[in-house]
Amino acid sequence: MAARKSSQSHSGGLELLFSNQRKHKVSIPSTSDATTGQPSNVAFLIKWLCDNLMRDPRKEMFVLDDTARPGILVLINDADWELEGEEKYELQAGDEVVFVSTLHGG
Amino acid sequence: MNGFSGTDHQVHNLKQQIAATETQLHSLKLQLQQAEQQAEAARHLSEAYQGGFPAEWMDETLVALQQDVTRDIAQKVRQEGGFEGAPSVRDAAQPRRWPLEKHEYKRYGRQLIMPEVGLHGQLRLKNARVLIVGVGGLGCPAAAYLAGAGVGTLGLMDGDTVEESNLHRQIAHSTARVDMNKTQSAMEYLQSLNPHVNYNRHEFHLTPQKAIQIFEQYDLVLDCTDHPTSRYLISDACILTGKTLVSASALKTEGQLIVLNNPPRPPGDALGGPCYRCIFPKPPPAESVLSCGEGGILGPVVGVMGVLQALEAIKVLTARAQRPANGGDWSTNGATSEAAPKATLLMFSTYNTPQFRSVRLRSRRADCAACSAQSTISRQSLTSGSLDYVAFCGATAPINLLPPASRVTATDFSRLPRDGSNVLIDVRDETQYAICALRGSVNVPWTGSADTWLERALASGLSFGGGRQHFVMCRFGNDSQLAAKAVMERTQTPVAVKDVKGGFKSWRDEVDPSWPDY
Repeated sequence: MAARKSSQSHSGGLELLFSNQRKHKVSIPSTSDATTGQPSNVAFLIKWLCDNLMRDPRKEMFVLDDTARPGILVLINDADWELEGEEKYELQAGDEVVFVSTLHGG
Repeated sequence: MNGFSGTDHQVHNLKQQIAATETQLHSLKLQLQQAEQQAEAARHLSEAYQGGFPAEWMDETLVALQQDVTRDIAQKVRQEGGFEGAPSVRDAAQPRRWPLEKHEYKRYGRQLIMPEVGLHGQLRLKNARVLIVGVGGLGCPAAAYLAGAGVGTLGLMDGDTVEESNLHRQIAHSTARVDMNKTQSAMEYLQSLNPHVNYNRHEFHLTPQKAIQIFEQYDLVLDCTDHPTSRYLISDACILTGKTLVSASALKTEGQLIVLNNPPRPPGDALGGPCYRCIFPKPPPAESVLSCGEGGILGPVVGVMGVLQALEAIKVLTARAQRPANGGDWSTNGATSEAAPKATLLMFSTYNTPQFRSVRLRSRRADCAACSAQSTISRQSLTSGSLDYVAFCGATAPINLLPPASRVTATDFSRLPRDGSNVLIDVRDETQYAICALRGSVNVPWTGSADTWLERALASGLSFGGGRQHFVMCRFGNDSQLAAKAVMERTQTPVAVKDVKGGFKSWRDEVDPSWPDY
């Protein structure tokens, strides 16, 4: 199965959930479902990250109702994922996906 | 008799009419004199800026002049007519040749000569009223730069008092002003920086009931607070009162900045900038929200963000165009296209390369609870207090997980024998443990999950056996309960484990006053 490279980074404290590392280069399957050939989208990436990259058991700090929890901005190539089709955005080789936790201190 | 009294009455009437006409004549002469002076001032102005002073700014400047002139005439007439005894403070005979005061050219000269500001920008700053909500790590530097830039009116809102732990970052406060209300402390600093600004103090925390009435007194709002509760409230109130909002936040080594409701438009108008709810329709889980007191903050990080807020405020204020002649809404110079404006999030991260990163966010949300046509949040829902922001964002109640038998006070713990029969597990992180720790304690930082923490505890050599009594302790007494509960529930054999109530805070209060209060 062909793999798709995607760089993915965390900030705003989320890196704590991902082995305290801000940037990860990951290769994910190009299709999320081998039978239908459905191309991998961001929803699949989030699930994949939970299952494969996240060592911290506190999944609820990253995911709620199968999507990024409230207070996390998902950015695809420096743009809000809402401008790109949200979870349904189909990942391309070399895409950069950033998960940012909002800060509240002041 | 009747004839005489009739003539007397006529004489009296004529005298009254002459007096009234003389007053009117005098007032007309005064007006003529003022009009001539005004015309002369305009000629001077025109000469002074010939070739370099766009016509649209000229009007703005003349309006500023005219307001003064009219006020002077009114006062003069009242005095002459005997309605007002006190002499005018301002000598009306002195024409205002220049739109700014003499000292203002000097004080603001370095920004005045920038094309981005110029005379028109300085006049706009002078006429602007800016509210700063929260006079802490963000609010102090923001207020300092806005006062320095000559913003006409600065409102400062904060109900907190200055604490020693604020001073490494909250630059408007001082050691001598610890325990003073933050707005009072900041005002003393700002007064000495620029006494020509009009400062308003709001010596309390923002509430939904007060928000609308206060925001209406200002043109622009800076969110310098530190909790989602206030961030949603400030955004909602800005939408309802039509104010642009400059919002920033900072924690540990990172900061975020976003300008919202820019340009400001009423709910349902897609040409307005998005609000906080458009970007974050749902609040984050309360347990994921860390304060500076809990997570820590580097002074320059929050300082950078506060300074950037002042910069964005200056950009918004100086870019504001003239109200169109047809009486329409204000519009900004930049927003010439009719496309729905999007927000931009600026992220700062101390240890990232590059440190600054700017990302494109969305435009207004069509189903936003605050700024869409279907908005459910109204002035009424704020002023009546029916909107509960604390409930919306969720409150973290003090943790109380363990039965009383599984807890000891710091005092009781200090009286236990130190003969090796007791084990103290300190669950603070490594950095805090290195600052101060009790001799003989074992450091197993709380990881946020029972399983991974227990794994680490066992890896550090703890066996939870051998008939020894285990005590768990942390900074404030919350994590220690979670860790103690993990031991009780996840170990196979019953283990004697208790948490020390109130953690090292209680230890300092009850047992060892010299324990570092960081």
